[in-house]
Amino acid sequence: MTARPGIDRLLELFAEGKVAAAARLITILENGGEDAERILDSVFHRTGDAYRIGFTGPPGAGKSSLLNRLTGRFREKDHRIGIIAVDPTSPFTGGAFLGDRIRMQAHSADPEVFVRSLASRGSLGGISNCTDEVIDLMDAFGKDLVLIETVGVGQSELEIAEKAHTVVVVLVPESGDGIQAMKAGLMEIGDIFVMNKADHEEAESAAREIQDTLRLKDIPEGEWEPMVVLTSAREDTGIVELVEAIEEHRRHLEVGGHFASMRKKILRSRVRNALMDRMERRLRQSVRVRDFLEQRMESVYKGEISPYRVVRELEGLVSIQ
Amino acid sequence: MARKVRVLIAKPGLDGHDRGAKVVANALKDAGMEIIYTGLHQTPEMIAESAVQEDVDVVGLSILSGAHMTMFPRVMELMKEKGAEHIVVFGGGIIPPEDMDKLKEIGVARIFGPGTNTGDIVTFLRERFPEE
Repeated sequence: MTARPGIDRLLELFAEGKVAAAARLITILENGGEDAERILDSVFHRTGDAYRIGFTGPPGAGKSSLLNRLTGRFREKDHRIGIIAVDPTSPFTGGAFLGDRIRMQAHSADPEVFVRSLASRGSLGGISNCTDEVIDLMDAFGKDLVLIETVGVGQSELEIAEKAHTVVVVLVPESGDGIQAMKAGLMEIGDIFVMNKADHEEAESAAREIQDTLRLKDIPEGEWEPMVVLTSAREDTGIVELVEAIEEHRRHLEVGGHFASMRKKILRSRVRNALMDRMERRLRQSVRVRDFLEQRMESVYKGEISPYRVVRELEGLVSIQ
Repeated sequence: MARKVRVLIAKPGLDGHDRGAKVVANALKDAGMEIIYTGLHQTPEMIAESAVQEDVDVVGLSILSGAHMTMFPRVMELMKEKGAEHIVVFGGGIIPPEDMDKLKEIGVARIFGPGTNTGDIVTFLRERFPEE
């Protein structure tokens, strides 16, 4: 292989707007470690401006096709767009088949649309563990809208709710009846619910059921009331209405001062997660902790002491003051 | 997290036979690689831009239409323009032996013809990227 530019050079090229450099930096972020932190330290002051829209929903609901259509409309409004499309990593082989680009062909030659496919790499929350970092990079690269597509989710892969300003839950008439919709999880994180495949004869009644379920929720005065939008990505209908709904939600956040508080919330959770990761890594790497555990596990095996007692003893050893 | 080999598999041009491309994509996925599959009817511009944005290590092109002598050079030229000449390019499809030599001359790493065992493609890439 030919010599590759180092991180300093990549950051220079990144600042000049070179896509190849941005793409390479994302790979380094994905692989984590000291280099990833160096990149974030260097670009973080240029982040915070991008509006993040998350798209989640069951597999096959049409999330990628919808993103493709939406991107067209957002480009008409001169937005510069970053798309992060997450597909699952095989827990058996570690490999991944990232196929979201297939449905996003309309923009693949548009340099203002930067699409990056990410494998979930062991994360169970429906996105990749480095999603925040990739959003930062796209933000610092000048993308003012970042669209994040989760893996096809069931009811509990909800991490996107912590990352996005607006969460769009994409459903289809076959997604289930009203009872499914009342279940906890997915139905609680949507700011906008899209009933896609509106050409399907059941679509309108399915949308009504979603609407009815949402009305059961007590929404405090001044809070956002989730909207339901009917779309057909295939026939390109309802897309304008969806853009309007997203813009309305954004205005709601901005006018109500929620935008600033959300940013703080996102950043607090990032610091917390980074701290937990760091602590976990340090615990795993500590020879002292490993030796201690090895020694004490014998007593646990024999039933002399409980797992909790071992942890209490360990806490004494590694306490943070 | 260890470095993963990322591979873009694309079908340039007009032919609509993507079974081979899918078989290869699947075999590489099973070998632990990350495959970005972009589907049918790709122009060289789309392939090159996708390869750059995705920062892949390898691009695999499947061509059965006979357009290989235009497609391969064009994709490689565009990738070079975009600062991604380090990407390894390999191909599959029906390609006459005399063209294979010419393609190797312009830098195509390998061409796999009909009847190739997918294990050979996996071995080829593993040798090329031993760090994973």
